[in-house]
Amino acid sequence: MAEPNTVRGKALATGGLYTLGRLAVSIFVPIVTFFVLWAGFLFLKESKAPPALIGVVAIIWGVGGVALLFWVTDWLVNRLPLHAAKKMQPFVFVGPALVILAWYLFLPTLRSLYLSFFDAQSKTFVGLANYVYAFTDPKMLESFVNNLLWIILGTGGSVGMGLIIALLADRSRHEKVFKSIIFTPMAISFVGAGVIWRFVYAYKPAGESQIGILNAIVTFFGVEPQAWITMRPWNNIFLIAILVWLQTGYAMVIISAALKGVPSSIIEAGRIDGAGELRVIGSIIIPYIFTTLVTVSTTIIIISLKIFDIVYTMTGGQYGTEVIASMQYKQMFNYYDFGKGSAIAIVLVLAVTPVMWYNLRQFSKQEGF
Amino acid sequence: MSIATDRKWVRLVNAILIILVIIWAVPIIGLFISSLRAKSDVLDTGWWTVLSAKSRLTLANYKQVLGGSKYTFVDSAGRTVRASGDNLSRAFINSLTVTIPSVIIPLLIASAAAFGFAWLIFPGRKFFFTTVVAMLVVPLQIALIPILRDYQKIGLTGSYLGIWLAHTGFGLPLGIYLLYNYISTIPRDIFESAFLDGAKPMVVFARLVLPLSVPAIASLAIFQFLWVWNDLLVALVFLGGTSDVAVLTQRLATMVGSRGQDWHLLTAGAFIVMVVPLIVFFALQRYFVQGLMAGSVKG
Repeated sequence: MAEPNTVRGKALATGGLYTLGRLAVSIFVPIVTFFVLWAGFLFLKESKAPPALIGVVAIIWGVGGVALLFWVTDWLVNRLPLHAAKKMQPFVFVGPALVILAWYLFLPTLRSLYLSFFDAQSKTFVGLANYVYAFTDPKMLESFVNNLLWIILGTGGSVGMGLIIALLADRSRHEKVFKSIIFTPMAISFVGAGVIWRFVYAYKPAGESQIGILNAIVTFFGVEPQAWITMRPWNNIFLIAILVWLQTGYAMVIISAALKGVPSSIIEAGRIDGAGELRVIGSIIIPYIFTTLVTVSTTIIIISLKIFDIVYTMTGGQYGTEVIASMQYKQMFNYYDFGKGSAIAIVLVLAVTPVMWYNLRQFSKQEGF
Repeated sequence: MSIATDRKWVRLVNAILIILVIIWAVPIIGLFISSLRAKSDVLDTGWWTVLSAKSRLTLANYKQVLGGSKYTFVDSAGRTVRASGDNLSRAFINSLTVTIPSVIIPLLIASAAAFGFAWLIFPGRKFFFTTVVAMLVVPLQIALIPILRDYQKIGLTGSYLGIWLAHTGFGLPLGIYLLYNYISTIPRDIFESAFLDGAKPMVVFARLVLPLSVPAIASLAIFQFLWVWNDLLVALVFLGGTSDVAVLTQRLATMVGSRGQDWHLLTAGAFIVMVVPLIVFFALQRYFVQGLMAGSVKG
């Protein structure tokens, strides 16, 4: 970094030569940086070293590379004339994020919209044909119905169970233990949960000893064992149960925190007026935490809308369990139809626009921006 | 309410809670027990009979799913059997290699951006931040096809760099948003005195903002960690199916397809996929809950 007074004094003395040298250094440093990073990239791409070593190098290269890029751009900007440096400085910080966001989310939205009007190879313009497919194909219609089920039952189930458990736990002395057990599935992947629940639903013909606990319970009560995962249309509900199992913990934690915020004076006042416990919950507590319930529901609605992993692991979309995201994946990778795949992605984006609009409205209300 | 009915209520509440907690815990317990039982036991008897039957526990399932293709073992009759393992140990390393940079890189970029948005003045600041807020809920499905086409052109499919950048892109909106909310509440005086002393923004950022933001960064790191480690879709699309780079979730999903009824292996595999997030989760639950509270709508 050039120190203003002394260096600049000398710079005036040696004139053009200095400027030239300065320029050369400014170009040289980024080039060296680039080559170091490029060499790392080639090593990672071609190397036959043991995976653990490649992993370590990859981690150092990736993380160090980003830090290095930040440092070099900052160094470069500081070599600019002062007024230019001041103007550029903020972009050293927000620039990388803006470039990546533009590449990975903003432009793809426009590009998917564009691709959705073209055929599978993105060569011929097909007008609205992909959208006609998206809204009329029987499989697509099936996925819409199923996704609606996911949204209603998945969200209703998670928020409902979360609310019930939060309310109950609030009235128990062992609150912490109960809550942390319900919360644990939050750490488990949808794929892992898929395996866990496939095992719960495991089926063996009647007469054999059941290894899935659900069929063991059912047969204990003298009912025939069922192949739950292939049982239309109820299998959808068995898949949604997995989401409820995973997300109830999230709903519970947020709702529980909101419950602690309800002033005990209002609750006491209700009780003194002779309201029973259910009345207190229904007319005082729930209205008080209503915005929290809306926030939690919105989050889980979005998760249900994009649900993919559970369906992919459990049924692969067979037996009438297709959802929008699994249809999109199939168009992309099984049929290589980028037109239909893009159209389905646009449908997903359209579905979240109300939430986006609401978020933006809330944000514009915020002060200080 | 009298004390007697009060006690009855408390007992009822606890009873209901215990039932719910059992329902929630049983699937995980069943998985864990089965992963430790011998093949024939798992396939013929329910895991809940583990105490009554004369079954013994074994680590053989774990050895087989972790092992490579040349896996051999001695079965219960004493014969040496050669079987193909699932090489989850390789997938485990791949998962780490994918996850660690996919957590640190977006955190670096997001915290720098959050600092820029919160404390630096530049044209388009409000417009750009509004875009970030709008991107919070955009489903990542929208990016799969365009980015896949880009990657095919520049040769990033199946590369670690490609998936790090993808996870960075998809994690940034939430990261910037949460960190902005945190960093913008740091008292103004701290910055002013530093800037007056002539400190450059990069120095202020590295020496002041990052250390002060540790709690927010920690909770975000856990979020991003769980999200990346548990992700299947992004890995399927950008890493592709080759087992060289496949991560744990991909391998487990493949096992479900190829070994659908081998419950002794599937349960062990699932537990290997779960164990790291569970440890992280329990060790750092406090930060995770704080992050949840700070608002969590992710695209």
